[in-house]
Amino acid sequence: MARFRAHVYITLKPTVNDPQGLTIQGALKQLGYEGVKSVRAGKYFVLELEALSSQEAEKSVEEMCRRLLANPVIEEFRFRIEGS
Amino acid sequence: MRFAVIVFPGTWSDYDCHYVLTSILGQEADLVWHRQTDLAGYDCVVLPGGFSYGDYLRPGAIARFSPVMEAVVKHAQAGRPVIGICNGFQILCEAGLLPGALLRNEHLQYRCQWVHLRVEVCHNPFTVACSPGQVLRMPISHGEGRYYADPETLDSLKREGRIVFRYCDPKGEVTRQANPNGSLENIAGIVNREGNVLGMMPHPERACEALLGGEDGLFIWRSLLRWAGSC
Repeated sequence: MARFRAHVYITLKPTVNDPQGLTIQGALKQLGYEGVKSVRAGKYFVLELEALSSQEAEKSVEEMCRRLLANPVIEEFRFRIEGS
Repeated sequence: MRFAVIVFPGTWSDYDCHYVLTSILGQEADLVWHRQTDLAGYDCVVLPGGFSYGDYLRPGAIARFSPVMEAVVKHAQAGRPVIGICNGFQILCEAGLLPGALLRNEHLQYRCQWVHLRVEVCHNPFTVACSPGQVLRMPISHGEGRYYADPETLDSLKREGRIVFRYCDPKGEVTRQANPNGSLENIAGIVNREGNVLGMMPHPERACEALLGGEDGLFIWRSLLRWAGSC
């Protein structure tokens, strides 16, 4: 078994309104960052896991995202895996 | 009628539901810990409001994997009524027993206030004692109650008469001002395709005594009793 670290990012689908992102965007604008055209808030998880290979770790994390970490009705996920 | 009121770690409206069902309506009701795996013998399952698992990850996301949920799914598949209130609604959506999801309120505020609901349909176990268009007054208490579904799902909810409650003004007009959380088309409650699983954000169990500000919540519980009596 090898140890891996997975970085998982969850964001709302582009079609889902994100009032938190809009509020942060408004605050950035107020600070003078006029160039900010969009902010989407999300979640970030760091998982330490054991797996036989990075392919297996990838498969497992993908399944975790589908089953629990993200809600496919409203959210999208992406992740990257590092060997440690 | 015999009710199972499911208790998850962090549920807070369980005693309110139990009190209304037993002390006000004279029914049998048990508080059922989420580790239980058998709901045989219960006529109706209540998933009460609260903050199961602290709302961690997403409201309802962790509770939906509690051991009792397999029995809740079985109960629903057998056609027996399930009512999810507030966090219970969120759990039912996460579990896939109801379509869509409940998102952070549009204004990002937690809202605890009385609202008006228009009863849209009455051919289900939860509103059979109401009349179509009737306006009910009961409280909401949530930060994540903005109902969302993709356009195809919303179409089918409308076509199949599955939108049960809409937020409205005291006269029954469905307006933007009457929408407390930015819910799609003012949706406050929906049922599954079979009509035996209801999810609603407002709290009928907190509107069952004049002393507490209103009794309109009784329409929901009495509908269940009437429905059971007619079966």
